[in-house]
Amino acid sequence: MRNFQRHACLLALVAFLSGCGEVWNNPYPTQDSGKNILYSAFTERPKHLDPVQSYSEDEAEFNAQVYEPPLQYHYLKRPYTLIPLTAETVPRPRTVDAAGRDVPADSPRVAYTHYDIRIRPGILYQPHPAFARGPDGKLLYHGLTQDDLRDIYSLRDFPHSGTRELTAEDYIYQIKRLAHPRLHSPVYGLMSEYIVGLKEFAEALKAEDRALAAAGRQHAWLDLSKIPLAGVELTGKYSYRIRIKGRYPQFAYWLAMNFFAPVPIEADRFYAQPGMADKNLILDWYPVGTGPYMLTENNPNARMVLERNPNYRGEAYPGEGEERDAAAGLLADAGKRLPFIDKVVFSREREGIPYWNKFLQGYYDFSGISSDSFDQAVRISVEGEAGVSPEMTAKGIKLETSVGTATRYFAFNWLDPVVGGGQADAAARERAKKLRQAISIALDWEEFISIFANGRGIPAQGPIPPGIFGFRAGDAGINPVVYDWVGDAPRRKSLEAARKLLVDAGYPNGRDAKSGQPLVLYLDTTDRGPGDKPRLDWYRKQFAKLSIQLEVRGTDYNRFQEKVRKGAAQIFVWGWNADYPDPENFLFLFHGPQSRAKFQGENAANYTNPEYDRLFEQVKHMENGAARQALIDRMMAILREDAPWSFGFHPKDYSLHHGWVANLKPNHMARNGLKYQKIDAAQRERQRAVWNRPVLWPLGLMAALLAAGAAPAVIGWRRREQSRGRA
Amino acid sequence: MLAYIIRRLLYAIPILIGVNLLTFTLFFVVNTPDDMARMQLGIKRVTPEAIQKWKAERGYDKPLLYNGTAEGAGKITRTIFFEKSVKLFVFDFGRADDGRDIGHEIRMRMGPSLAIAVPAFILGLFVTISFALLLAFFRATYLDFWGVVMCVAMMSISSLFYIIGGQYLVSKVWHLVPISGYAGGLDAGRFLLLPVLISVVAGIGSSTRWYRTIFLEEIGKDYVRTARAKGLSEMAVLFRHVLKNAMIPILTGAVVVIPLLFMGSLLIESFFGIPGLGSYTIDAINAQDFAVVRSMVFIGSVLYIAGLLLTDLSYTLVDPRVRLQ
Amino acid sequence: MPIILWTDALVFLLVACAIGAGFYVNRREYLLASWRRVGESRAGMASLTVLAAFIAVGLLDSLHYRPRLDDVPGRTTANGYGSEVRSALDALLQPLRSGTEKTYSAPLATHLYAKETVELPDGSQTRVFPRLQHGGAHLENPEQDWGKDVAARTVQGLALAVLAALTFSAIVVQAAALRWGLGWQATWRRIWRGETQFAWNAVLAALAVLMLLAGPVISLAGGYHVFGTDKVGQDVLYLTLKSIRTGLVIGTITTLSMLPFAVALGIVAGYRGGWIDDLIQYLYTTLNSIPSVLLIAASVLMVQVAIDTHPDWFATAAQRADARLLALCLILGVTSWTGLCRLLRAETLKLRELEYVQAAQAFGASASRIMGRHILPNVMHIVLIAVVMDFSGLVLAEAVLSYIGIGVDPSTISFGTMINTARLELAREPVVWWSLIAAFAFMFVLVLAANLFSDAVRDAFDPRVAGRRVAAVAQEKAA
Repeated sequence: MRNFQRHACLLALVAFLSGCGEVWNNPYPTQDSGKNILYSAFTERPKHLDPVQSYSEDEAEFNAQVYEPPLQYHYLKRPYTLIPLTAETVPRPRTVDAAGRDVPADSPRVAYTHYDIRIRPGILYQPHPAFARGPDGKLLYHGLTQDDLRDIYSLRDFPHSGTRELTAEDYIYQIKRLAHPRLHSPVYGLMSEYIVGLKEFAEALKAEDRALAAAGRQHAWLDLSKIPLAGVELTGKYSYRIRIKGRYPQFAYWLAMNFFAPVPIEADRFYAQPGMADKNLILDWYPVGTGPYMLTENNPNARMVLERNPNYRGEAYPGEGEERDAAAGLLADAGKRLPFIDKVVFSREREGIPYWNKFLQGYYDFSGISSDSFDQAVRISVEGEAGVSPEMTAKGIKLETSVGTATRYFAFNWLDPVVGGGQADAAARERAKKLRQAISIALDWEEFISIFANGRGIPAQGPIPPGIFGFRAGDAGINPVVYDWVGDAPRRKSLEAARKLLVDAGYPNGRDAKSGQPLVLYLDTTDRGPGDKPRLDWYRKQFAKLSIQLEVRGTDYNRFQEKVRKGAAQIFVWGWNADYPDPENFLFLFHGPQSRAKFQGENAANYTNPEYDRLFEQVKHMENGAARQALIDRMMAILREDAPWSFGFHPKDYSLHHGWVANLKPNHMARNGLKYQKIDAAQRERQRAVWNRPVLWPLGLMAALLAAGAAPAVIGWRRREQSRGRA
Repeated sequence: MLAYIIRRLLYAIPILIGVNLLTFTLFFVVNTPDDMARMQLGIKRVTPEAIQKWKAERGYDKPLLYNGTAEGAGKITRTIFFEKSVKLFVFDFGRADDGRDIGHEIRMRMGPSLAIAVPAFILGLFVTISFALLLAFFRATYLDFWGVVMCVAMMSISSLFYIIGGQYLVSKVWHLVPISGYAGGLDAGRFLLLPVLISVVAGIGSSTRWYRTIFLEEIGKDYVRTARAKGLSEMAVLFRHVLKNAMIPILTGAVVVIPLLFMGSLLIESFFGIPGLGSYTIDAINAQDFAVVRSMVFIGSVLYIAGLLLTDLSYTLVDPRVRLQ
Repeated sequence: MPIILWTDALVFLLVACAIGAGFYVNRREYLLASWRRVGESRAGMASLTVLAAFIAVGLLDSLHYRPRLDDVPGRTTANGYGSEVRSALDALLQPLRSGTEKTYSAPLATHLYAKETVELPDGSQTRVFPRLQHGGAHLENPEQDWGKDVAARTVQGLALAVLAALTFSAIVVQAAALRWGLGWQATWRRIWRGETQFAWNAVLAALAVLMLLAGPVISLAGGYHVFGTDKVGQDVLYLTLKSIRTGLVIGTITTLSMLPFAVALGIVAGYRGGWIDDLIQYLYTTLNSIPSVLLIAASVLMVQVAIDTHPDWFATAAQRADARLLALCLILGVTSWTGLCRLLRAETLKLRELEYVQAAQAFGASASRIMGRHILPNVMHIVLIAVVMDFSGLVLAEAVLSYIGIGVDPSTISFGTMINTARLELAREPVVWWSLIAAFAFMFVLVLAANLFSDAVRDAFDPRVAGRRVAAVAQEKAA
């Protein structure tokens, strides 16, 4: 009887599975097969989709497709170039003096910089209930009661939607939202330093908010349009002006980020209605934009879906790029109307392995993971180097590599008495410097890259990665403290050189020359997961090469940050991802007045060097050019000599994608690349069928095994029944 | 009976308060409100003001357990502990540290968790009981011996290996089911097949052995001998008498677990990418999202207590001699 | 400089207790009788032999020291000690420990598992599988000699193993022959046929199998990485051997740490009743009702924070990792004592009503005396069974907890951390399978032996307490 059950189960299983079509393991609904849908994944659930709060790459994956700031980066050109997105042109900053008269940019009388932005007319928002109007022209869903909301669980439950033309006012509204007392904009602090009157505006809003709270309406909508913001001015229906204190040439880059995207006042008011937040109907969850896509499904546990925005104005595919782009076929679609793909399905993939395996089975179109999680998510091949293995080439998988605008490093805390550089005694400073240099040589980042990053990185010669102005390739760009130029490539100095430096530093053989005590250094890291052990071992091995004993202290991220903030860490591992492609965004990591421990700035190593700080103040405001390069070179020389970091590596981004994906070029600044991409769904369908043919013999084998296992039982049963019969 | 249930429910209140106090202390030692704020506000450009604002907004700027500055009862009530725990008792979980509604999240994730746990539970019960009956039938033969050996061997394999191995072979190498993911409705079958199968197989060893001993104990009893002496066939004895009587310990053992099925299974859900409560819990632990963990602990405790109560009730159902007072 | 880590101290305390208990049992016939029944069980004794091998490895790994640093030339004073803590096992396995490669290599390989770009003498570059620095480094011409060499070493190892197994058997038989006053052959036959009371044949057979497995491994380990190497080139055999101690510590110290509480509270609750009973019941119901994974997570995170904020508490990384291991044991103990406590309470409730306890009460014996002299000895069998049964569950639980990230310190080598890293390797192309298989095999054998042994103990001491559910933690493993 049991056999019957087993067999029945098995048969049912087979029948059930064969119902799924020729491939059994398709994780998507069968009716979606062959459609113009791009499949991707996300590992971390996005925390914020509100453009004023969102600041991470995972979130930009969605937001950048929906929101359109005035500027964007050119998709193909390198170095990264700003081009208009909704603006007519890239605004030219106008420098004025205190009285508002135009003055040259290098004049000492410069008091403000004006950015005049003109946006294109005729741009429409995506369909959204916030814009829906009744026959009387009144907004339909702006006076919702609890009753109206009873059966509403998502935006799709609103029967009507509408749209509206994009105006300059929407941009101003968003800038005001930076100072919103109930939102946390990560850039508010920085922007309040620059945008005229933002601080005062924030105070006024706070007062208004308090007044509302006092009136018992804590969560009532705060109308930002009523209070004026001095630094932003509406100059026409389609134009506005931003006033910046002093000069801040990097401001243009911020205009390409979601912090400066438009937010329609209707949406803000719509979501602020009582009862909406309880149903997760908030701007932080459902973005409203003018971009090529709109977020139609937001289920951060399982999937997020972007669909083509029917009101999208249609941008044209760029017609020029880098030289090699034409050969790579990236210009074939020049002039065609964007976007190409109808729908993008992002599935939540928490674990790296399923992600990778599904990619190999053709269920993800590319393994485009953010550089942070790539390492754990994808193991390409045991072979370290860039390149796809023969099996993958056979599958038509292609590889795009590009050096990211990021850097990973070991920082030496400047405040530390052993490795830091803040000692009063010049001799002690010199000793510590030698020690840092010795360690910098001994830390074999080439090996690190090959073991842990699958070769995805280039050893750093300084903080500035390639592709950013100020980076120097070749002989002139190497770090002479750590590298020699041999032949046509940099070569890390020998361990002998490091040991010699260590002797000079007063630690021959890793022992204090005076006391004979071994030198013990402490490394703080956030690597503490069970999978991080190899890395910890590797760190220890590097220091052991100099006979220095390294104590690795793995802590959780909070504790780590706290230590760094207090300046209590000695050596620590960290990284930096650029906000915008300007050297200032890397050089400020060493700026004394931005020391983390003293001023809560981004200079986590707390490095200070008056000469460097002076140069930094100069370089900050300069236009790119030979003069700027010369100063940056001097700053690099100082950093390399002082070695406040052991410059690690600039992670290379790999993105693997299947042969049916076209127009893919990694761009570390622009996150709105989806609109350029194209897929060949029919080819994908064919490949999937070939790669996922179910293997059936194990089912047969299992059935046979079960039968074999059951046989003795059946025999035993018979025998027993017979013996009973006889007795 | 009703009085008994009410008394048991009242008894649950001090337990739940204790649970709350314990988790609260444990987690606040780990995670100060400052830590939570920093965790949520992200990595770049976080200012102390932003942290203060975040805390004030979520009510984390009050003292933990005792508010010296407040008046009268406010000394106790105007604290983080009071404000954050009392609402739990009416199942108002509030918002997670990332601002999302926990109650909504739990309702969303309950489905997928149950979709794995319930079939796995029922199928597991069925398979192990039939297997155990089989072994009991062939007791003291080489079949029984090897069956038990197999059970012990299966018990000795870490569940991690079942999952890793199953996923690797069935999904990756044989392409029989999707590797991970979840879909609602009828589509869910494809995704659930392997996780359910794995949880059943992983549980076979220990449960079969446990049920087998129960059966053997029952078979040794006098009434079974009497039944056999009456000339009943071995089949009839096993099914009509032994199974029926052994069901009491089996059921009462199983009933405790039923409410906890809601909690989902941590490992299976995270390996197979199923958006259930188990993976919610793991996420919350990793993100140190105290609000979520506290809610899950609370629900877990409530369910556990419910399980105990159900067990007692099930005694009376299967065995009319038991009276609750 | 010898170092005694906290867990070492507890391990040795446990060994001392075991020896003490041995003497205690030896003087009491009724206890000895139960242990004899354990000795009769063939599966029990065979698995005990295997366990003994594991325990030997674990004990060796519990003798820690800090190596003395080399003398500084030209200096005579103040030689420091390294901050690295090693164990006797490390010293024994020195070649394995220090013979690291660059990255993955397959079992018994002579070349790396990954291709590398090397520069040829003429300046051009090519990609080849480089030779390993240690594995098979003695071979001149690995393509030709490898097979021969491996075979020769295997045979050599087997021969040694056979020799060792025979020698040991001979010693046992000789001793038995002297004791029983029988001839050599007769003794051998008795043992072989299993006619002895103590299951000598099982012990000898298990030992022979162990030696036949260990012999070739030892012999091959001299020249190769028998189980390959991991991502940073560490020998996998070394890692698996190091994992054993972690598993044993978790399995034993946890129960050891919770025993006093469980026993004391259980007996007191059962014997005293009243509000004490209510309080203790409240305590364990509350603890029980918190999902144990969450409780463990919270506690482990808390301990971790304490360790993180006080780096000065610990001189070395090993001590820090050890503190976390100990904390994990204690935490697991806290979550698992409730089951035993409840059992003991129920048993005490029964015992309390027995005549001899009533009699003692009538004679005016104090409550603590009754509990200590009359009740405690009569519940010890439950305690013993609980201890042996919990062991395997805890070893399994460690792996799961480490997977979730709330297990041992990442620098501690354990089955959990091994599985976790090995899991990622399955996604590699070509697949790296050996670490997973090695961890699986060792863990399986350890847990299987523990399960079989605990069965034997349970059958011998109390055939009725059949399937007490293992600690709550163990249930989570299926979760």
